[in-house]
Amino acid sequence: MIREFGTGDIVYLVFAARWTLALTALAFAGGAIVGLTLAVLRISPLAPLRFLASLYIQIVQGTPLLVWLFLFYFGLSIAGLPVNAWTAAALAYSIYGGAFLGEIWRGALIAVAPTQWEAGASLGLTYVQQMRHIIIPQAVRIATPPTIGFLVQLIKNTSLAATIGFVELTREGQLTSASTYKPFAVYITVACIYFLICFPLTQWSRRLEERFNVAR
Amino acid sequence: MSRVELINVSKNYGPLRVLNDVSLTIETGEVIAIIGRSGSGKSTLLRCLNGLEPIQSGTIMIDGVKVNDPDTDLRKLRQNVGIVFQSFNLFPHLSVSDNITLAPRLVLKQSPDQARKIAADVLARVGLADKIDAMPQQLSGGQQQRVAIARSLAMNPQLMLFDEVTSALDPELTGEVLRVLEGVAREGMTMILVTHEMGFARHFATRIVFMHEGKVWEQGPVAETLSHPQTAELKSFLDAVLN
Ligand SMILES: Nc1ncnc2c1ncn2[C@@H]1O[C@H](COP(=O)(O)OP(=O)(O)OP(=O)(O)O)[C@@H](O)[C@H]1O
Ligand SMILES: [Mg+2]
Repeated sequence: MIREFGTGDIVYLVFAARWTLALTALAFAGGAIVGLTLAVLRISPLAPLRFLASLYIQIVQGTPLLVWLFLFYFGLSIAGLPVNAWTAAALAYSIYGGAFLGEIWRGALIAVAPTQWEAGASLGLTYVQQMRHIIIPQAVRIATPPTIGFLVQLIKNTSLAATIGFVELTREGQLTSASTYKPFAVYITVACIYFLICFPLTQWSRRLEERFNVAR
Repeated sequence: MSRVELINVSKNYGPLRVLNDVSLTIETGEVIAIIGRSGSGKSTLLRCLNGLEPIQSGTIMIDGVKVNDPDTDLRKLRQNVGIVFQSFNLFPHLSVSDNITLAPRLVLKQSPDQARKIAADVLARVGLADKIDAMPQQLSGGQQQRVAIARSLAMNPQLMLFDEVTSALDPELTGEVLRVLEGVAREGMTMILVTHEMGFARHFATRIVFMHEGKVWEQGPVAETLSHPQTAELKSFLDAVLN
């Protein structure tokens, strides 16, 4: 049965966007934990730790996110560990996001002048204290614009979760389009919603970047 | 027991020998001015003293503690050995107060109140009592360097190392930093200064150490060494800097 594409559908799409946002939040939180760990390992004084972290990043950056989604959703259930779409998505996005955030944050950590480490060490601080009180706070400022940039990518990439049955904005758009037969109007609406979420973030990131460049 | 004792210390960066069989003894209360050409190993010597750089052979003792010993707790040692760098190296994200109190709180386990009192104290000593809540970027280079000195003083070190602490400053700002150094020297601090300020060395150092090609080439009491250099190298160095 074909019905009209009306305000009711638009409201539905906007509601579906909150699942996009929820998944983004979950993915970002998971990715942040993995990413921070990787970033710290990547600059660790211990070579084996650096190697392992870099291996992880190479592998994940060299494989499609979709494959990780399938692996956790279909792979685990066949292996006798059935997981729901949320869990599978959370795992896949954390692994994927972690690799990218890990690289961004490693770059920020090494962008802090080595003399800052020395100043901390010379005052008798431990490695962890130098990291926690001197290096990370400075790295956060450097890392914020590219991290927001990654967040925008992540918001758009949550649409891939539709492939494992996750009904977020894009999937809701597909469903609406199928029942109204107005793909053009529906997907324009979907695109507008994505844009309205992402645009302020991009602007914010740009402003922070400018401020950072001025402050240097 | 001498405050600092270097015995046949050698240090390489890869194939490059930067310190070559350096021996030097420094007593408590001495103010040593290290002079020498660029690349002669002055900064490296200071960095080896607080264990920022490892050495390949020889022995470095500070207050009877061997620095180049894997069993030595370098963090403990560094609480007693302050170092101030040419480029200040203040923590840009922390206020003056937090720059100064960070290590006393984390390392010496002082309470925030106690640490802030000491910060106010050391800032008064460097003439910046009113800047306690400023951010480093709001200060001039000379003021930043004085904060760096205050930060070091707050740890109450037994020995202070200064690596060309006025070289990054405009000439009109070096005076205020040198006056702070004078004050610290007057209080009896054992100090080792790498410096190009010959006037300052002449007035406040007790001994001149001239480094050349990674060696202590010549050393002695200030006035005598500067007016009657024994080696051709020191003579030509002095001719160049005093032109
Ligand atoms: N981290 C390093 N790696 C390799 N070589 C280094 C390093 N640091 C210093 N050197 C080299 O060691 C030598 C001594 O350097 P050092 O910084 O101790 O000289 P300096 O006497 O302090 O000179 P300046 O007056 O220019 O500060 C120089 O040849 C320098 O190039
Ligand atoms: Mg130097």
